[in-house]
Amino acid sequence: MANVQNTTAVGGRAAKSGAAATSTMAIIAPLAGWLLPGLGHLIQRRWIRGLLLMLAVFIMFFAGLGMQGKVYAFNTGDLLDILGFVGDVGAGLLYFVARAMDWGAGNIQRAVADYGTKYIVVAGLLNIISAVDAYHIAIGKKQ
Amino acid sequence: MTFELSHFTAAVVFAACASTVFGITQRNTSREMLRYGAYCFVLFVGGVIVASWAMWLLKH
Repeated sequence: MANVQNTTAVGGRAAKSGAAATSTMAIIAPLAGWLLPGLGHLIQRRWIRGLLLMLAVFIMFFAGLGMQGKVYAFNTGDLLDILGFVGDVGAGLLYFVARAMDWGAGNIQRAVADYGTKYIVVAGLLNIISAVDAYHIAIGKKQ
Repeated sequence: MTFELSHFTAAVVFAACASTVFGITQRNTSREMLRYGAYCFVLFVGGVIVASWAMWLLKH
């Protein structure tokens, strides 16, 4: 009888620590994934998925900068500019590095520069989707 | 560093990156991810080609 109680108690503790680890990962994974694209998957040992996501977001972001796209600063002006900022910030550290280095001034004289601006915004949005996916993996909704 | 991409190349690069993320995040198994990523890529690029021909027809 005592053995059964001990086993139950140990099982309960293991379940609690497992749940605590899951809830910690559910906070860390999306945050890490937002800060550095793909990191949310990498810390959960989804190596290939993490690397592919990182590659996709990095290529889009830097291709956008290479095409002289614009990186939006925080603003309270035009609605499209506000949404542009929200999309850009989705790229996490890439956005803050670009702002700190004064990259992404934009160039209205080049048609392709407008594509670049959209590339940068979409890179941020794709990174948010990746971070949400990392969260779903952390809570066990996805393998 | 700046570079010049043609409109079509820019659309293909965009399609490749977006399809990769869509494939990985919207499906559960590796096989399904690959299939869905390829499906999205074909739709992206196919949409570009269809829209291009539509605009050409409108102009002519």
